[in-house]
Amino acid sequence: MSQPESLPHYVHSNRLEHFVNYQLVGKTALRVQRWRDQWKLKRRKPRPESPLSPPLDCVVYMKEIMSRHYLEGRYASGVRKVAWVTSGAPTEPLQALGYFLVYPENHAALCGVRRKAQSIAEEAENAGWSRDICSYARTDIGAMLSGKTPAGRLPRPDVLVCCTNICQTVLHWYRVLADYFDCPLVLIDTPFLYEEAREHDVTYVRRQIEDMIHVAEEIAGEKLDQARFAEVMKNARRGAELWLEVLNRSQSRPAPMTAFDGFIHMGPIVDMRGEAVTVDYYERMLRELDVRVASGIGAIKNERYRVLWDNLPIWFKIGELSKWLAEHGVNVVASTYTYAWGELAPMIDPENPLDSMARVYLHPILNRSAGHKLASMKKMVEEFQLDGVILHSDRSCKPYSLGQIDQRDRLSKTLGIPALLLEADHNDPRDYSDEQGVNRLEAFVEMMEARA
Amino acid sequence: MSNIVAIGIDAGSTTCKLVAIDRQGAMVGARLEATEPRVEVQVQRMLWALFDELGADPSTPLIATGYGRKLIKEATRNVTEITCHARGVSRALGRGGTLIDIGGQDSKVIRVGDDGRPVDFMMNDKCAAGTGRFLEHTAARLGVPVYELGRRALSARGEEAISSTCTVFAESEIISLIARGADPDAILRGLHRSLVGRVISMVRTVGVVPPLMLSGGVARNDAVRAMIAEAASEDVILPDQPQLMGAYGAALLGGTA
Repeated sequence: MSQPESLPHYVHSNRLEHFVNYQLVGKTALRVQRWRDQWKLKRRKPRPESPLSPPLDCVVYMKEIMSRHYLEGRYASGVRKVAWVTSGAPTEPLQALGYFLVYPENHAALCGVRRKAQSIAEEAENAGWSRDICSYARTDIGAMLSGKTPAGRLPRPDVLVCCTNICQTVLHWYRVLADYFDCPLVLIDTPFLYEEAREHDVTYVRRQIEDMIHVAEEIAGEKLDQARFAEVMKNARRGAELWLEVLNRSQSRPAPMTAFDGFIHMGPIVDMRGEAVTVDYYERMLRELDVRVASGIGAIKNERYRVLWDNLPIWFKIGELSKWLAEHGVNVVASTYTYAWGELAPMIDPENPLDSMARVYLHPILNRSAGHKLASMKKMVEEFQLDGVILHSDRSCKPYSLGQIDQRDRLSKTLGIPALLLEADHNDPRDYSDEQGVNRLEAFVEMMEARA
Repeated sequence: MSNIVAIGIDAGSTTCKLVAIDRQGAMVGARLEATEPRVEVQVQRMLWALFDELGADPSTPLIATGYGRKLIKEATRNVTEITCHARGVSRALGRGGTLIDIGGQDSKVIRVGDDGRPVDFMMNDKCAAGTGRFLEHTAARLGVPVYELGRRALSARGEEAISSTCTVFAESEIISLIARGADPDAILRGLHRSLVGRVISMVRTVGVVPPLMLSGGVARNDAVRAMIAEAASEDVILPDQPQLMGAYGAALLGGTA
C-alpha cells in the first residue's frame, strides 16, 4: 500500500530555487562560514587544560563539504534524480548518471551526533515500530514520518538502492521506504562470504549491478556515459586509497588523529565517494597529517595507551568518550569501522569497473566471516602497535556484534592484551548507561596500566 | 603512633565498607553498614569512627572504590572494584585464579593473575538478574530474610524452575508459583539456580583458571557457592570476609603492601 499522502514534508523544488538557494546563496554562505571558521581556528587560544590537541585545520573544509551536500539535498527533489542508498550500495554508476545520493544511515548518524536521534526514533516507535529494530532504521523512519531532521529537509527519492552487504535489516527497511515513497526499489543481494568470493558470486552481483544501471538509466532518462563513469571509478579508487593512507598515518607514535576524528572525517568517503571533492579533501587532510607526524604532534597530548575500536561509534557519546579516554592517556588510534571504507581500495579497478565493483561490494567486513574480522583486528593490533581493544557491543547492529564475545576472548588470550566488551548502541541513548560504561572503561584502563 | 598505613573505602550500592591495614597488609580494622542515600556523609562519619577506634592519622591514604567512589572527597585515589577485588582476594587467599564477585548492583568475573592484578574481566549487562539485588528482590516477595536464603534453598527437597532471568518477570513467576501452592523453599532453590546460571555463563566467557574464588556479599550465601561449584565442576574457595574484599584491596593499593 502506498502512503504518499502521509508525507507532506517531502516537497519538490524547481531549478530556480535550486540555483538561487543552493548554487548562488547557499554555497557562498557556506564558503563565508568556512572563512569565519578558519579565522576562528587561527585565533583559537591554546587550551592547556584540554587533553586533546587542537582539531585538524582541514575540519572546516569537511564541514563545508558536508553542509553543502545536505544543503543541496533540500533543493534536489524535482531538479536532480534522487537515490536513497545503503552505505554499502554500488553507487558509482548512479553518480555518473548525475543522481543526488542520500545515505539514510549517514543521516541517522547526523541525528545521533546532534543528539536528536532519540526524539526522532520515538516518532517511529509511536507509529508502532519496535524498539528492537536498529536505531538507524528507527531514526530514519521517524524522520520520514515526522519530517524532523537536523538537515532541514531531505529530498524525496526517485529510486531506492539497497545492498545487503551490511545487514539484513536494510532489506526490510527499504521495502518500507518503497512502500511509503511509492518508488522503485533495486535490491542487490550479496552472498555472505565465509572465504574469498567465488567467480559465480562475482557474476551474480555484477549482473545485479547491471540491472541497477538499467533501472537508473530509465529513471534518469539517459544512458550511462562511459567516460563519466570511468572518471567516477577513478575518483572512487583514489578517494579510498587516500582514506586508507589517512587512517594508516595513525600507525605513527603518537598518532596524529584518533578514531573519533576518523568517525567525523569519514563523511565524504561515505557520502561522496567517486567525487573529485572527496579526493581533494583527503589529499588536504593527508598533507596536514604528514606535518603532524613529522613534528611529532599527537591527536591527544599524552598518548600512553593505543587502542582499537571495533564496531560503529556511539554517536551520541562521541565527544565525551573521546575526551574521557584522552584524559586517561588512551588514544583510540584505529577502528575496524572507518577502515571498512579504505581497506578495499586496491580492489577497485577503473579499467574493469563492473567486475571490480562486484568484488568490492562483496567484500565489506560485515559481509565476511567472524574469523576474517578477527584476523583483521589482529593485524591492526600489530600494525598500529596497540595495547588494547574496545569492542562496542552494539545493540542495534547485530551483524557487527555477532562473534564479538569469541573475538574478544581470542584477542585477549592469544595476544595477551586487555579487550573490553562495551555494551551500548550506535544511536539510542536509552541503551547506554554512562555509569556502567565508564566503570568498565576505567577497569580496562587499569588493566592496561597494570601491564605497563 | 598508629600502625595504619592505608584505609580502603568501598562505597557499594547495597553496603558501605571500610578497611584499615597495617604495614604488613593485615586487616586491622573494618566497618560495614547498609548504604545510606548520602553516602559521602555516611563515609565521613564511618571514617571518623574508625580513626577514633584505631587512633589513625587523618593523613592516612584513603582509596575509594565502589559505585559511590567518586563522591568520596577525602579519597586520595579512586580505583574500580575490579582491580580492588582482584587485589584483595588474591592477597587474602594467597593466589590468583578466577574470581566471581556478586555484588548488590552487578556481578563480575575477574581472571586474577598470581600478582593480584586483573588479567581479564566480564560484567553482567544492564540488568539486575545475576546480582544480589535479584535474590534480595525476589526473597522479599517470599517474605524470607536475606541471611536465610541460602540455607532454605539448600534444605529444599524439590526445585521449581524459574525460566525467566529477568528480575521483574521472575517476580511474576514467583507469584504464579505461590498461587499454585508451590513450596517456597523449592522456589528459592530455583531462584538460586537461575542466578548461578547467569554467573556461570560469564565465567565460561572469561574462561576458568582454577581455583574459583568468591567475593562480595552474595558469597556468604551457601547455596550460591554450592551451586557454582556444581555447575562449574570446580572447587570454590572464599576468603573469611568476602564482603570486605573490595575495601581491603583498595587499602592494599593505598599501602605499599
